[in-house]
Formats: sequence, structure tokens, C-alpha cells
Amino acid sequence: MNKGIVELHNELKSKKTTSEELVKESLKLAHDCQKLTNSFVTILDDAVGSEVTDDLLSGIPYGIKDIFSTKGILSTGSSNTLKDYVPFFDATCVKNLKSHGAVAVGKTVLDELGMGGTGTTGHTGVVKNPWDTSRMCAGSSAGSAASVAYGVYPYALGSDTGDSIRKPAAYCGIVGYKPTYGMISRYGMFQFASSLDTVGVLSRSVEDAAIVVDGMKGIDENDMTSWDSSNIHLYDSLKTVKDKKLFYIKEVCDIENYENPSEELIHHLENFKETVKKCESLGFSVEGISIDKTLLNALPSVYVVISCAEATSNMSNLTGISFGPRGNGDSPKEIMKNHRTVGFSPLIKRRFVIGSYVLQSENQEKYFNNAKRVRRLIVDKMNELFEKFDAMIAPVGIGPAKYLDNSKNMLSEDTAVLDELLQIGNYGGYPSITIPNGFVSNLPVGVNITGKVKDDQNVLNIAYTLESSMEYKNQLARREK
Amino acid sequence: MAYKAVIGLEFHCEMKSHTKVFSPSINGYSKLANEYVSPIDMAFPGTLPVVNKTCVRKAIEMAMILNCKIPEYMEFDRKNYFYPDLPKGYQITQFYNPVGVNGKITIDVNGKEKEVLIHDIHLEEDAASLDHYYNTSTIDYNRAGVPLLELVTEPCLHSADEALAFLEHVRSIYQYTDISECDTKKGQIRADVNVSIMEEDATEFGTKVEVKNVNSFDAIRQTIEYEIKRQSKLKDEGRYDEVVQETRRWDDESCTTIHMRSKADAIDYKYFREPNLPRFKITEELKEDIRKSIPELAYERREKYINKYGLSEYDAGVLVKSKKVSDYFEECLHLGTDAKSACNWITTRVLAEVNKSEDTTIDDVFVRPNMIYELVKLIEDKKITNNQGKEVFIHMLEDHLTPKEIVKKYDMEIIEDEGLIDSLVSEVINENSQAIEDYHNGRTNMLDYMVGQVMKKSKGKANPVEAKQKLLEKIK
Repeated sequence: MNKGIVELHNELKSKKTTSEELVKESLKLAHDCQKLTNSFVTILDDAVGSEVTDDLLSGIPYGIKDIFSTKGILSTGSSNTLKDYVPFFDATCVKNLKSHGAVAVGKTVLDELGMGGTGTTGHTGVVKNPWDTSRMCAGSSAGSAASVAYGVYPYALGSDTGDSIRKPAAYCGIVGYKPTYGMISRYGMFQFASSLDTVGVLSRSVEDAAIVVDGMKGIDENDMTSWDSSNIHLYDSLKTVKDKKLFYIKEVCDIENYENPSEELIHHLENFKETVKKCESLGFSVEGISIDKTLLNALPSVYVVISCAEATSNMSNLTGISFGPRGNGDSPKEIMKNHRTVGFSPLIKRRFVIGSYVLQSENQEKYFNNAKRVRRLIVDKMNELFEKFDAMIAPVGIGPAKYLDNSKNMLSEDTAVLDELLQIGNYGGYPSITIPNGFVSNLPVGVNITGKVKDDQNVLNIAYTLESSMEYKNQLARREK
Repeated sequence: MAYKAVIGLEFHCEMKSHTKVFSPSINGYSKLANEYVSPIDMAFPGTLPVVNKTCVRKAIEMAMILNCKIPEYMEFDRKNYFYPDLPKGYQITQFYNPVGVNGKITIDVNGKEKEVLIHDIHLEEDAASLDHYYNTSTIDYNRAGVPLLELVTEPCLHSADEALAFLEHVRSIYQYTDISECDTKKGQIRADVNVSIMEEDATEFGTKVEVKNVNSFDAIRQTIEYEIKRQSKLKDEGRYDEVVQETRRWDDESCTTIHMRSKADAIDYKYFREPNLPRFKITEELKEDIRKSIPELAYERREKYINKYGLSEYDAGVLVKSKKVSDYFEECLHLGTDAKSACNWITTRVLAEVNKSEDTTIDDVFVRPNMIYELVKLIEDKKITNNQGKEVFIHMLEDHLTPKEIVKKYDMEIIEDEGLIDSLVSEVINENSQAIEDYHNGRTNMLDYMVGQVMKKSKGKANPVEAKQKLLEKIK
């Protein structure tokens, strides 16, 4: 199970192993991983192998973030409001993988309904980092990241609204790929912030990420924001490239811009600069560019305003009326109120309050509309840069995985923008991929490549080239000592 | 004292379409609850709306007929509020950029022309329906997601007559364009009625009262009349400060309006753009295509009936009042029936059948346009008499047979054998020498008596005109 998809496929085809054996092994590892990390809401113990065909995904087990609707299988969104919800339809991406013969073996924990970046707010408890259980996985795709890093299966599905695939991938030392917005249908993915939400994958190699997204993507009549990508074949077109032009944002990547940087941040950014050098040695050009600090500083608040506003509306369907546990009360209003009061964690409620506040008619212009305008300014700036460059390269987060015990984390205001930088990918719907690029404090750290809309191939090829020059491809957290 | 009333209407109408406006469920009327439901209508997690293109086309069509300004893009917004009949917790509607704004349309109010200003028209979805029982309520999702067009007028109407004339006009357009059946029995229309009063020469509007969810034309008329009376009485009594900006509802049982909520309790709907529906460009080509598909409307047909077919204004009005009746008439014409004859049969006999019961439409009448054509043809060709025609019509309804079949069954065909009529006429003359004498002495009605005798002998199959003529010739 510590192998990539192509290798597993070859073993299946040559009958060195069977789908049944892979599924059994995967389930056993899932239980082991669960003990260590608490990555699963549901382990599908009755999963069975599937027919092995010429399809690379056939017969191979994988995990599904519990934010996806799965027919006949508990789908909780890691929320008490949906703790017993068993849908009667599959999300389009799950349906697509099923038709390729992929075998789901587990539903993974997330931050409640995708809202959160710590992997600690799911209704089944905290997800721990398999590299160091005193550390977090980040979120919201925490269980998917931890289980892939643990080696339960070669890949798991994730969703990404701010950096929910790409940051957990970095914290767990694996690959996290968020394709262009709409490349994969969102139908059946519990909505968080519709204009930012993207379906993606966590894997241990760029190659696997390409294979899985090839298997999920495509225009879907159930999602009007999906688009036809039938002329794009990510895996077939994957190749090493050179002569690519990359840029990084000096304001967040240069250590001299931080007043009292932590040791981990210093090492993280040094490691990033090493990667930049590596890029140059591979034939890429990398240029440090400047972006107006005011615009950069607005990044996190734009995210809070837009994502909370959309979330508060999107999650208004969670009333316990047509599904979910029925609340107590003498009137429909009280019943709905009770369901939501009991069901949601305080963090979610806080976000709903923010979302409602910024949408109120007297506040909407000042907060929500301004946030949308700033989002547009950021996207315009990025698009302008993408005219000149193939992609942006950026360090992921401000260091390796943070401690679960928050008091041990060094937090300062001037690291906020770097910590939230990947949200740019969601503002513009850009293809964006994180790959591991080394270690800080004996924990993995990641680097991110983000490119222009629908230019996924270019982004993947750059990441693939960089990955090939480093030694972290297919690395597992469960390192044999 | 009489005050000037100022009325604005928000008229909601369920659209006709195969599927709902944002889901693939059937848009249909069913007595069985929750028959037409998909995961989208119940807002199961992860479901997304997909807009029904036919509804978009029809919405643009209606906006054009109302002479509205059409926006460059079709866009939708969310109206957020919690209610058990609203599965998503928001309604998808058009708030910021409706499909039509600033329209106007000329209507006829008791023979006078009146221009009604349209604030906007927008496409949205209906909520589920709730049924309340003693200590429980049930939800029926059949209606959740049914397409609605909401038409909002400017406060430019001044009487219940004007409001009703406008609504009748709009209903006729909806029916002629097949956008909606506007069937109140199926709950397809609802109106919010805004009423205020002011002194005749005042320049500022009075306090506006909104009456929500009035669901029949009758109730709309009563609501307006009641509110004008209520507000006028308070003003007369010097208690106009008791007229407050509030939302009321019409109560069918007491025939009054009842307070629902005050302005202070107004909900902030937190409208914002629906991010799941990308905006859609309304191109010139699309607009042109839709414009071409607008059918002939009631007032256009009415003009045609008067000017081209020479019908009276009254008859033309009766025919176009219902599209089904007008279509029936058009079908008669299409088959080649003489317009005036067809009109006579429809406005007298056919509509008499329709009016026998509230539940009957012209579609339910056994006599179809092809039978009207056949019947008129039989009379024109003098196969039967006019009076026989009326009998044939009655028999058709009773026996469910075509005119020709009726004529055959009851042996009604006029005798065309002149020799036979001659001999019948001779027989009658021979048997009625006294009557002939009386006739010559000035009792002219004796001629009709003898025609009657000929008819009797022929069992009604002789042509009475012919019989009369022959009698006259012989007794001269």
C-alpha cells in the first residue's frame, strides 16, 4: 500500500496481488492509522475488491473525505447536525471514481463541514499528525492527509475552500492538488463557500494526483459551474519541463520582512530558498516580485468575509426538518433553533454570526461588497502576473505542522498573510498543488505551485519536474526505523 | 369623504414547464404529497441548482411583452430566511438584476385606456406547501422549486377595478403565451397587495399597508375595497395615525384584513448573488429568437375578429376572453367554417355548456371544432334546417355522435326529392279547403299552418322554405 497507483496497477495486472488483497490490507492499515491519528469517521469494513481492468484506478482502494455524499454510506461532514445522515446518492466525483473501478475503504474526518484549518473540530474528535501525534494535520482535509501519509491507500479525496487540501498535504509531507475551479463537479460535496469550493485529491506523488483528477473531472449537468475538460489528459501529458518562468512574492517569502521570526519560520523560508535554487538549476527562472502590502494584508479578512457569508447561507439547509436529527421545541422555529444550537460547534456558530453580520443590509456594502472588490483586485493582480509568468511558487504555511496544544504555537500578526497565502488560489479558481520539499524540526514542509485558470497541465508539469529532483516522492509518515 | 387610493401589486404566478426551475423534478399538480421531489428540492447536502432554460426564455418573453428593459445578463440571488417550507434556508430569486425592469403596458378599464407601469418582473422558485392540523403540520415538497414569475407594478393603480382589469390582462397574456395557466384552483396565483390612500390633491403618498398572499381575483378585489374603506374610515375619524406601515393578510372567513407583522419586525433577507449559477449572457440573437416566438395575444386576436371577420366587439370580446375558447374558434376557422356561423355556435351553444359548471372548460365539451364545421356545412348545404341544427347539437351532446351520425340516426335529412314534396303539398291542399278559403279571406297565418302540415307529413325533413313557396304557387 506504500506504492503509487501505476505500480499497484501493474501488480494487479500481473496478478502479483489482487484487488481483494489490497482492500484487506488497506482496511487493516486504516484501523492501525485510526488508533494513531483518529483519521476516520467510518471505516468500510465490508468493502470488497473490484474487477481489475486496464483502467489505472481499477481495484485500488482509496479514501473519501466525509464532506462527500456517498450512497448508502454515512456522510456526516464531521458535524453533529449530520451524525446519522445516510445519503441516497453519490457525489459526482465519487460516482466517477466508482465507474473507474476504484474501491472506497473509508470516510475521513474533517474540520466540521470543512470550516477550520486545524483538523480538531470534527464531531469524532481531533485528528493527529502521523509524523508526530502532538502536532496537527491542519485542515480541513485532515483525515485524508493523515491516512494518505500513513499509507492506508495511495490517495484520498479532499475539498479545498481556502487551503483545505494544500496545507494538510504540506503538514503531512504529501501531495495536495486543487484543480481549477469547476474542473471537477461539486455536486454531492457539502457546500461551504460555493464560489471558493473545489474538489481535489491528496496523494503521495504528482503522477497519482494527475491520474485521480483525470478520473474525477468532467462537465456535469448537475453543476453549472463545471466545465468541459475532455481535451485535457493530465496523466498522459505529464512530463518534465524546463524554461518555465516562476515568481514568488518577496513580501511574504523574504525572512527580512519578519520582525521576530520563529526558528521554524527561518528554517522553512531557508528551505524554500533552497527549492527556488533547485528550480533554477532545473532550467526555470524564478523572480521575486512585489505586491502592494495593503492588498496582501487584506487576504485573510477577504477570506473570512466571503467564506463566512456564503457558508451561513449554504448551511441554512441544516435545520433538522427534512433530514438530520429533529430538534426539540414547540414551534418550527424553536425546533430549527434547537437543532442548530445543539448541533454546531462554537467555531461554526461564530462564523455564522460573522457571515450574517457582513450580509446584513446595513453592513453588506461595507464588508461583503468590499471583500468582493478586494478579491477582484487580487485576482486582477494575479492574472496580470500570470501574463508574464507560468506560475507562482510559494512556501506552504509558516513552518511545519503546528502543535495541537495551541499555547506552544508561535503566532504573530506579521505571519498571517503567509499562513493564509494559498487562499489566492481559491479567489481566482487557480490550479494549485502542494508537494513536500524537505523537513523542518524533523517534520515535513511543503512548497506550492499555483498557475493560471485551466492551465492545470503546466502547473502539474512544473510540480512533477521539481518533485523528480527531490527525494520526497511517495514518502510515508510511517517510516521504517 | 372619498380619498384617492394608491395601489401597487406584486403578482406571483406559477409557470408552466416540464420540470422545476432549478431541479429535474416534474413541475406538476398532484393530490398525492411529495410525488414530484428530487434531492435538490429537499436541499440535501451537496445538491446544486441547475437553471431551467425554458423558464429563462419564458421569463424574458414576458419581460418583452411588458416592454421592460432586459438586462445584459441573467443573474440570480439568494433571499435568506428560515421557515419550514423553505428547504435550503433561502429562496433563489432575482433581486439585484431582475429579468425585466421599467416596463409599461396599456390596458382597458371599463372601455378606457390606462397605462400601467411595471417596476420589474423576476424569475424565482416557490416554497414547499404546509398543511396545518390540530397539533401537527405536514410538508409537501411538490411545490418546492416550482417556477414562479413575480410581476411588481409601480403604485399606479387607483381602484379595485383598475387592479382587476390589469390582472385580467396579465392573466390573458400568461395564458396566450402558455407561460402559465393562472389557475386559482391549483393555487397558481398569489398576490401581495399594497394599498394607501391620500387626499385627491395631495402630492405625497399616504402610509402603505401590505396585504400578503391573497390568492384569488375575488379576494384581491375584496382586499382592496376593504383596505380603502378601513383606511378612509380611520382618516375620516381623525385616527389616520392608526394606519401604520405593516403587513396584513386577507381572511376569507371574516372578509377582513388582519395584522401579521409590523415594519419593525421586517426580515432582513440578506440578499446576495447565487454563486452556484454563473451569470448567463442574454444575447441580441436570443432576444430576437424569443421575440419571434411571441404568439398572437388576446387584444391582437380581438382586433382581427372585428376587422377581418366582421364580428361585433362584444362577440370578439367573448371569444378572446379565454385562450382555450379563442383557440377553439381559430380551429373552426382553420377548418374552413364561416366565421360568423362559428362565432354564433360557440358564443351561444358551446359556451352555454361550458358555463353549466365551474369545473368545465371548452376542452371538456364533446362537440369539437371539426363537428362545428360539419354542422355549419350541413346547414349551408341545406341538408338540414337551422332548427334541425339546434336539435342536432343537443343530440350530439347526449349521444356523443358527430353531426352526420346524428342526422342519420334520427333520419333528419331534408327531402330533396321535389316530386315527393309536390305530392305532400297537393295532399295538404286537398285536405284543407277551409283553410285555403280562410287564407284568401285574409287569414294569412293559415299559410304557416299548412306549411306545418307539410312538415308533419314529411316528419320534419321537408325544407320549410321550399314547402311554403310551393304552397303559395298552388293556392294563388
